[in-house]
Amino acid sequence: MTSHSILHGPMAMGATSAVAFFLMALVWLAYLFGVWRTRRQKPWPWWRTLLFTAGCATLAVGFVPDLMHAAHQDVRMHMVVHLLLGMFAPLGLVFAAPMTLLLRNLPPGGARGLVRFLGTGPIRVLTHPLTAAILDIGGMYLLYMTSLYAHSLHSPWLSNVLHLHFVISGTLFTWAIAGPDPAPHRPGWRMRMAVLFVAMAAHATLGKLLYAFGFPRGTGAALEELQQAAVWMYYWGDLAEAVLVGALMLAWLRRRRRMAHPGGVASGMSPL
Amino acid sequence: MAVQPPVAQDVRRTMIAAVLLGIGFMAAIDEIIFHQLLAWHHFVDTGSTALALASDGILHTMELVLFIVGAFMMIELHGRAAQAPGYRGPGFLLGMGGFQTFDGIVDHKILGLHQVRYVDHVWFYDIAWIGAGLIMLAIGWKLLQRARQGQATSQH
Repeated sequence: MTSHSILHGPMAMGATSAVAFFLMALVWLAYLFGVWRTRRQKPWPWWRTLLFTAGCATLAVGFVPDLMHAAHQDVRMHMVVHLLLGMFAPLGLVFAAPMTLLLRNLPPGGARGLVRFLGTGPIRVLTHPLTAAILDIGGMYLLYMTSLYAHSLHSPWLSNVLHLHFVISGTLFTWAIAGPDPAPHRPGWRMRMAVLFVAMAAHATLGKLLYAFGFPRGTGAALEELQQAAVWMYYWGDLAEAVLVGALMLAWLRRRRRMAHPGGVASGMSPL
Repeated sequence: MAVQPPVAQDVRRTMIAAVLLGIGFMAAIDEIIFHQLLAWHHFVDTGSTALALASDGILHTMELVLFIVGAFMMIELHGRAAQAPGYRGPGFLLGMGGFQTFDGIVDHKILGLHQVRYVDHVWFYDIAWIGAGLIMLAIGWKLLQRARQGQATSQH
């Protein structure tokens, strides 16, 4: 194993943060540019831009060097970063409907190509709620119940991969369950609710398992520290998941109203 | 615009939504007052098995999801003026009482997830806990009978 102090000095983390900040600024500016470019079409809802900004800002907070440093020393701070990157930032990013914005900005041929690409077999499997849930929640069981977490403390490379996994799997899961973007191949409402339920129960159970049996192991952290981290994961996770359930139910409500008044008043209704 | 025909009250859906809200409300009281504020309940009892924790996780998720689903069902009923007002109270109380009784018997005693309070004579607290659930169930049942009678008389 390589020297711990050198790899985790402020330098290494500073580099990770710098790359992360740069990428986020790029994505954020691209979104703003997309909104600006299509300003003559039907106006893009301002609250979607706000959500995207909030999502990017939440990601940025998760990559602040001081917080990353603290997360490396303290499991509770790690859990805060995990919640920010994997659960709260995706809510902002996904409900900002970035794919819809992208489709508006692409020329017709490009948009058709993108839709075709999203409809191909591998992408359909990857974006299925069940796959997304397994990648997201399954990844967490793997991280916290095995020695993976302890290893990540000694490998900046592994630690960066884990951060990236939190962001991608969290966003994929949120999008697969309740994303507002058009998704013609997405399974029905019942299936998505069922997967969300199982994922939530698995997340809550993981929180209790971490607490009861003192996971993740091999960190040298006191039991109280691990338990506090588990409790935070449990209750703050609830909040993010409750928002997802609400988003799914909102879609259900709008569909029922549309069915009650086909083509009528309800179709022009603002989403609350 | 044409005059809308009067909408029939949807008794069944009103009852379901109210019961779900009652379950979620009681569970929230349990979580907020007894777990967090009083700290009588413990997050996890020492010696819980993984299976008991999984059942706890499932139950906890159900409470949260049912509450949100119940709230959206009520909004939907309200939107088409189909709430049956006489059934909201009884449904809510039956949900609360049903959850409290279930929590007292299954969670605390059968699964042993945690006790009401970690003191001597916990049986006293158990009786109060389950008793409170049964009282809410009884009142809810009584109100449900009254709502049914009211509906029967109003429908000639």
